[in-house]
Order: sequence, then structure tokens, then C-alpha cells
Amino acid sequence: MATPVLAVLVTMVAGGILFAFLGKPPIEAIRVIFWDPLFSEFAFYYRPQLLVKGAPLVLIAIGLSLGFRAGIWNIGAEGQYIIGALSGAGVALAFYPLDAWWIFPLMVLGGALGGFLWAMIPALLKVKFGTNEILVSLMLVYVAEKILASMSLGLLKNPEGYGFPGSRNLQQYPSAHNAEIFTGSGMHWGVAAALIAVIFAYILLNRHMLGFQIRLTGEAPRAARFAGVSPARLVLFCLGTAGALAGMAGMFEVSGPSGQVSIDFNVGYGFTAIIVAFLGRLHPIGILLAGALMALTYIGGEIAQSKLGMPSAAIQVFQGMLLFFLLALDMLTHFRLRLAAKGVA
Amino acid sequence: MTGTLLKIEGLTKAYPGVVANDTVSFAIAEGEVHALLGENGAGKSTLVKMIYGLVKPDSGTMTLRGAPYTPSEPRAARAAGVAMVFQHFSLFEALNVAENIALGMENPPKMRDLAARITAVSHDYGLPLDPHRLVGDLSAGERQRVEIIRCLLQSPRLLIMDEPTSVLTPQEVDILFQTLNKLRAEGVSILYISHKLEEIRTLCDSATILRLGKNVGTCVPRETSARDMAEMMVGSALHVPERAHGDTGEVLLEVSGLTNAAPSEFGTALKDISFTVRAGEVLGIGGVAGNGQDELLAALSGETRGAAETVKLKGEAVGRLGPDARRIKGLLCAPEERLGHAAAPDMSLTENALLTGARREGLVSGGFLKWGAARRFAEKVIEAFDVRTPGPDNAARSLSGGNLQKFVIGREVLQRPEILVVNQPTWGVDASAAAAIRQALLDLAAKGAAVICISQDLDELMEISDRFGALNEGRLTPLRPAQGLTVEDIGLMMGGAQDMEVAHV
Amino acid sequence: MDLSAINPFLLLCAILVSATPLLFAAVGELVVEKSGVLNLGVEGMMITGAICGFAISVNTGSPWMGLLAAAGGGAVLSLLFALLTQVAMANQVASGLSLTLFGLGLSALIGQGYQGIKPPEFPTFGVVVAEATAERAALVARLDILVFAAIALTAAVWAFLKYSRAGLILRAVGESHDAAHALGYKVVRIRVLAILFGGACAGLGGAYISLIRVPQWTEGMTAGIGWIALALVVFANWKPWRALLGAWLFGGVNVLQLNLQAAGVDIPAEYLGMAPYVITIIALVIMSSDRSGAPASIGRPFHASS
Repeated sequence: MATPVLAVLVTMVAGGILFAFLGKPPIEAIRVIFWDPLFSEFAFYYRPQLLVKGAPLVLIAIGLSLGFRAGIWNIGAEGQYIIGALSGAGVALAFYPLDAWWIFPLMVLGGALGGFLWAMIPALLKVKFGTNEILVSLMLVYVAEKILASMSLGLLKNPEGYGFPGSRNLQQYPSAHNAEIFTGSGMHWGVAAALIAVIFAYILLNRHMLGFQIRLTGEAPRAARFAGVSPARLVLFCLGTAGALAGMAGMFEVSGPSGQVSIDFNVGYGFTAIIVAFLGRLHPIGILLAGALMALTYIGGEIAQSKLGMPSAAIQVFQGMLLFFLLALDMLTHFRLRLAAKGVA
Repeated sequence: MTGTLLKIEGLTKAYPGVVANDTVSFAIAEGEVHALLGENGAGKSTLVKMIYGLVKPDSGTMTLRGAPYTPSEPRAARAAGVAMVFQHFSLFEALNVAENIALGMENPPKMRDLAARITAVSHDYGLPLDPHRLVGDLSAGERQRVEIIRCLLQSPRLLIMDEPTSVLTPQEVDILFQTLNKLRAEGVSILYISHKLEEIRTLCDSATILRLGKNVGTCVPRETSARDMAEMMVGSALHVPERAHGDTGEVLLEVSGLTNAAPSEFGTALKDISFTVRAGEVLGIGGVAGNGQDELLAALSGETRGAAETVKLKGEAVGRLGPDARRIKGLLCAPEERLGHAAAPDMSLTENALLTGARREGLVSGGFLKWGAARRFAEKVIEAFDVRTPGPDNAARSLSGGNLQKFVIGREVLQRPEILVVNQPTWGVDASAAAAIRQALLDLAAKGAAVICISQDLDELMEISDRFGALNEGRLTPLRPAQGLTVEDIGLMMGGAQDMEVAHV
Repeated sequence: MDLSAINPFLLLCAILVSATPLLFAAVGELVVEKSGVLNLGVEGMMITGAICGFAISVNTGSPWMGLLAAAGGGAVLSLLFALLTQVAMANQVASGLSLTLFGLGLSALIGQGYQGIKPPEFPTFGVVVAEATAERAALVARLDILVFAAIALTAAVWAFLKYSRAGLILRAVGESHDAAHALGYKVVRIRVLAILFGGACAGLGGAYISLIRVPQWTEGMTAGIGWIALALVVFANWKPWRALLGAWLFGGVNVLQLNLQAAGVDIPAEYLGMAPYVITIIALVIMSSDRSGAPASIGRPFHASS
């Protein structure tokens, strides 16, 4: 537990130096990013945002962490997120303007199914042909982005949108709107889903045979085969779950905070979630905390952008640094322990 | 034999928690074959790594022909005329023989000249090699030749050989010894590391015995009995397993026409293997490493599957079933590689107990794990097999090789297998633990289980087997009763000496 | 639609230009992987090279200085990866990913002030395809020295791996680091050098995009070429000449889809734009059965025990 905290502190120092180089007051910048969203005078506005930004990160990262633990590297969550959003929104727009209670649950299913199917492409290729899932899942992000562009210009374009790209706004379609459960709290259905996913993952990893098999495969793949784990089933399960969760995250986003399918709908949650998964040490509770922290840097970054004129890329660098320091510190401490514990050959 | 070639005085090397070598001193004369004798973990490997420049001593001195010798890296050792043949080969499978040899030389000649020299030298010493073949396609014995030729091409003054006969058939051992005798006659000194006493008595001029990192004595092997050397090496009298044989019962396992393709580029294909094992019987399967041992175990455990009829358990065809299903039916296995195959190194002993015991021991219900029961099972294994560890929460990696092996064997034995298949059950295990493991296998058979022991240790197989067969290039010889088999018989079953010739003295 | 507007010779030159950044990055990564290291940070190193090269050449007015800076920038970033994986023993997949994420952010940050600027012109030489006529100006295909430099680099890497002793040692380290260590080779040092070479090559490839092929700076302009380069190494079965062939193939697909877009083919631009990525996946599937050229210890961490 100590290393992630240490990594955050080291990143703050390094980030401060970076901000100083950019000619921004370093201490103030750090305060604006980490303190203001929670405790400043406008915190009532930012705190709900924390949930809004954190939910997709946690939802995606939980899915990714299962695969990462088993040595299955799905790095195409961004693509699964997009396809989930498109299929979720597609369900809604297909029934527009019908008013029915079952539309939203159907959209959740549609989103999950979309992400699941998109993730099945690298999964099946890996199982059938041994194709590298890292590269395939990533290539599919670019393909998904092109599909997104095509959809917002074509099939899903708002017929009453005066020719502008982008779909109808689902926030104005009550049956499909992912509204806040408590007004003003930021708590939409995606947040609830993220919390359920955390609990589900915790039980799976600690109490269930499948979770044990996932961990075993990551620790010692050959021992896992000896124990009777089917690697193919695990690939399908891990990629499928990650895809479904990412797809759901995309669906909750498109029907809630974002509201519509547009060309620049995706903002990189699928990639940031990789950082969240590692920062949370691939542990469900850790991911919850890491997701909250990463959401903080997003919101803090936006505040710093408006208050201090901080370039948005600076926050991206900041997040990247966090992962760097985490990996370096993590392994250095691990390595020292190993050396100390090591006997003689 | 003229003067002293290498003199070692007070060499000490400590690792956190363990002193691997404690003020070790001895001397090797020119043209002498000097044995370094000791159990696994006695510090032999660390000592030779210091001589070869892979490890720096904490204190102590080495003198080579009267001059201080402090090799900072293997390159320096090679430049000083010290060469080493490794126990686990330092070879590159995807590179050819000549490339492998060039990598071990300081200033290799052009590839074409090198290839010609390899052919010439290998012929002179009776170890024929084709310089253009891929090392991955060579047998274990041939790979050792590559290592030896690599050393010989550098005209070494001291040749270090780490357990060289463990991968050879008895006939190949004879030929190797002739090569070594030829080298000795040419004035080369040889430091010969082994724990096989008879070998040392045949070959070596003098011996230094290590126990727990300390030099506990020197002797002239030809004038010392194997028993005396063994006691110096182990420090106490050994327990010899007792076998109490009942009658063999019904056929529990029947393998027929088992043929599997090689699992990887440099693996071994199994070719038409057929045999049966009865209740109460120990079947010993010998053979040089890399002749299909891993593949046979995988085929029996269910890691690789084939046609249903190829493996039958009590008449039921199980060839298509996976490891878990076969376990439920009573077929249990313990693979050779402890870390990473039989056990997950960084997981606790409780989790490792779960690894194969989940179904048979009822450690899982409705898909959910019963951690308490798993922990109790791990504790039972630790208790029953005298596994030295603070408790079941410790990681498998933290156990010594012998202790982990006892855990792995114990985990399977305590699940009351009807058929147990073990591969190299005592490899790298100290003598007392090895005796305990062999006893456990015999006890299991006495209670009516069928035991298949795959091993490269012929003494072990002769000690515990009822019937014996050997794997050779993926084929299994017809099984013969173990009693009455001579070393020559076994050697021929293992494939004899393939295309080797005697050194041209 | 007028396909006759596509001149075959122009097309060929365009393919060469389109393949060059891919070839630089892929050949660099091939050397890295041959040493037994999988660096998934190619995209990050390329984009960093792209902006470093762009910024320096704008500031110094010299495209050559820019190229130097690009190689340097890529190498410096790869040094981070080397520290993580070779010194701190971090997971190579995670480290490579973090390198890409960090590189994308860093390049966006550095690139703040460089949007919409034209870099100093890189010397190119035109090949006249068709003389000027009364109706239209002369058709000139533009090539530059780097197109040939990339091919020369491929040849050099091929010869290095096949014939030189250093190349043999590099392959040996990638094949079995334990055996190489036992023979006294400095596994970590050799791998760090290979990683730096890979970083410099990726940086050059990135600068080729921002300085010559486009030429201007936009965020994320490498658009997955670094990832395609990684796929190309697999496609090439770790053989330099096949990497060249593969780069031309991918370059060809890319140029073709751009030409089809320009020619107004009746397929939406978005679907044509997918082509390079989809082709990459198909190539990966076809090649995934044959991994005979793959170094045996790729991606495995090396702990110098003993």
C-alpha cells in the first residue's frame, strides 16, 4: 500500500518542478489540482464531478485488472468503450421517441454487449490463432474511432440537428437518460454500476475459484495449466468481462454526462483506466481509490487550466509520470525485498 | 604431475542468511583430476562460480601457477586458461553449433575456419559434432559435447565440469571418461564436480569434500570406500528406504499407442508409447534428459490431450479429459519443475495446496473457496512430510528445494491417489529428504496404489522400481523386471552411446 | 470517380515516403526485440521524436539539427524505459504502455506553441514524371535522402545481425539471457544499448512525419504508426528484409486508401481510413502461426542471480 502513496507524493514533487518550468507557481498549482476540487468554495460543484469522472475509470479499470492479473493485456478498452456507447445509444435512438421503463435497462445490456463483442475480436483471435491481443485490441481502438466518426456523421446523426454532426441528445429523452439518482450528487447509474463491479471483483478474486485461477495464471501460467485451468476460457472471460464493463461505461457516459454521440465523444478514459488499474495495484479497493484520485487530477487539471492557464497536456504528462514513478518505486522495493530474502543458489 | 596449478585459500562467500562458502581451501595439481564432492546445497556451485569469475568472493585468495588470480568476469577466467562446462547448459537453442562455440571464445576465427576446427577437434577427442546444426535439435549428450569442444578450442589449463554425467547414458559416460583421461595425459587439470561416488572413485586423483559450505576433508578416492566418502559428505549414516512388497493387483493404468507431436519447436514428440501399471507396483522410467519425460508426464496429467483410448484408467478411456477431471478419477501427478509448474512460486503454501487439492479434498464448494479447509490441508501436508517452514502462509519460493519438493509430493500423496506419476522426485534434494520421498512412494505402492516414477537417477530407479523401462527419443522400451538388470542393460535401453567414438589417444 | 488520375510512378514514390517512418520505427524495435526486450512505447517515442525534431528545426532553422534532436529525444525517452525494465525490473508491458501514455502527453505539452507553423523545408529532389504541357504543370514526384537512409539502415541492421560478432552476441542475449550471463556477457548493458538504438530510430521515424511527410505539428499525429511498427516486427518474423517488405505493403495500403479518398470513391472516408488498422490485424493473424524468428526470452525479466 505504501508504494502508490509514495508514487503520488514523488509525482507531486516532479509535477511541481514541471509546472515551475512552465512558469506556473508550483505550490499553488498542486493545491489547485488536489485541494480545490474537494475543499474550495466551489467544491459543491466539483465534488459531484468527481463521481462523474471517476465512475467510468473505475468501471473500465476493474475489467482490465482481471486480465492484467492473468497476463492478458487488453489495452483496447477505449475502443470497447466507444462501441458500447454506440450500441447503447443505438438502442435508445431505435426506440425514440417511445416512452417505456425498459428502454434504459435494455440500453445497459446493449452497451455491455457491444463492448463484449468488440473485445471478443482480440479474444477469439488469440484463442484460435495465438494472435497478440495487445496489438489487435489497440488497432481496434482506431477502427472504433473511425466507426464513431462515421456514425455521428451518418446513421446516428440527429435528423433535426440542422446538418451538424452528432446524434440526438439523450438527456432530452427521459426513457434513455442516465439521470442522477439523487439530484446534484453526481451519482448516476454508472457510479452505482462501478461500485457493484468493485464488490463483484473483490469477491471473485478472493473467494471464487475463477478468481484463484486468474491469479494463478498470472503468477505461474504453467502451474495453472497443470492445475487444470483452461487458458482459452480465461482469455475469453477476462477480455469479455473487460469489454462488457468498458462498453457499459461508454453507454452510461453517452446517455448521461455527455448526452450524445459525437466525433470527439471519447476522451481517453480507456487509456487512463490502465493507469488507474496499475495505481490501484490491480486490487478492487485500490482501483476505487486510484479512480477517485485520477478523477481528481482531471477536475483539478480543468480548474488549473482556467485559473492558472495550465495547458491541458500538462495534466496528461502528470498522469503519465504517476505510472512511471509507481512502476519504478514498486519494483525497487520489491527487488530489495527479494534480494534480502534470497538464499543461496 | 608437476606443481600446483590452482591454490585456493580461505575462500568465503556469504549471501543474506546463508554462508555459501566458509574459508574453503584446497589445491589442484597440474594434470590432476580433482573431485569436488558434496550434496546439493553444500556450496559446490558457488565455489566454481568464484573460480570462473561469475561471483566475487568476500574474502580469501586464489593463486594460479603462483600468480594471484582474481577473475572479475568469465572473460578474464577464460583468458587465464580456465574453462567451464556447465551443469545447466549455457547454450542457445536457436543458434547453430559454430555460433554457440564462437560466443564462448575470446577471439573466434572466421566462421568457416571455426567450423573446420570444430570438426577436427571434435574428431580428435571422440566427440563428433556437425558445426552447422541447430543446438535446439541436439540431444543432451550432444549439447554437452558442444560445451566441451567450446572449452577445448581455447586450450584450457583448468577445465571445470559441473555434474557432467547427469545427462549421459552409462556408455556415454565411459567415452567421456576416456576423453578426460586423454586431456589429463596432455597435462590439463580437471575440477570435477559430482555427488556420484563411484564415478569419482573411477576417475579422480584426489577429492575435496564440502558440507554446508565448509571443506570437511580431502581424500584419495581410489583408496577410500564409497561409504566413507558418503559419510563425510552427508555427515551421518543414511536411511535406506525399505520396501515391503505386497502382490500386485489389477491393472490401474493402461497407455496404448500414445503418440503426441512435439509441444514446442525444440520439444520431443512421443511415439507410440504403450504400457500398463498394476496396483501396488512401482514402474521406473529412466532415460537421458530431453527424451520425452516432460511430455509423457503432461500426457498422463492431462495437460496435453489425445485420443480418448490412448490413456485408460481402470478401463475407462480418459485421453480427452483435462487435469482436473483425471484428478477426480484418482490419477495424480507431480511434475519435475517445482517452481512454476508443480507450484506457483509467489503464492502461499495454502494457495499451492489448493492448486491440485481443490476437488479431491473438497476445498471448493459451488465455485467458492473454503480457505479454512485449504489451510488445514496445507498444514496436514507440512506436518506429515516434515516440511520446514514457519507456516502455510509462506510463499512457495521461500522454501528450500528439498522442502518444497516434500510439500509437492506430500500434497499428492495425501490425496490418496490411485495412480501417482512423479517426474524427478528427488532432483536437487538433499539425501535425507530424498530418502523420505522415496519411502513415501514405496509406502503408497504398498497400500495398493500404482506409482510411476520418471527419473534420470538410475540408482533411485533401481532402489524403488519393480519394473523398468527407458525413454529414448520419445519411445519407451519394453518394460523389464528391475531385479537383475545390470548397468550395461540399462545403458543399452537408454540408447547406448549414439554415434560417439572413443578418443583417439 | 477517376482512377486514371493516379499515376503509377507517383504512387510508387508516395508509397516509399509513406513507408519510411514505419520502417525506421520497425527496424529499431526489431533490434530491441532481438535483444529479448519488448518495448511497447514505440508510439510514445515516435511522437516525442516528432515534436523534438519539429521544435528544434523550427528554432535552429536547420532540419538536420531537428533530425538529430528527434533521435536524441526518442533515445532519452527510451532511457526511461531502460531504467524501469532493466534496472528496476518493472514489467515490460506496463512500462512500455506508460512510455506511450507519457510520450503522448509530453509531446502535446512541448507542442503547445508549434501548432500551425511550417518547419524549415527539408531538401528533397524531384523526379519529373511528366513534362509540363499547355494544360497542366509538370508532374514531379518528391523523394528525399531519408527514404534511402531508412533502406540503408535496414541493410545495415541485417548485416549487423547476420555477420557481426556484436550482432551474434545481441541475438544470443535475446535467445537466453541466462546462458549469455553465464558466458560473461553483460546482459543489461547490451539490452540498454539496444533500447536506446530503438528509441533513436523511433524518434527519427516520428520526425520524418512531422518534418517531411506532413510537414507540420498536430497533437497525436503519429496516429498509431508506432503500434503498426510493433505489429510489423511480428509480421516480419523478426527479419529486417521482411520488415522492409511489410513497410512497403502497409505504406501501399495507406497511400491507396488516401488516393481512393481523393479520387472520390463511393466509400465513406472513415471506412477507407480503417484500412491500415484492419490490414494490420489481418497480417497479425496470418503471421501468428509462425514465430520461428522470435527471440526465445522476449519480454522475460532478467535477474542476475548468482
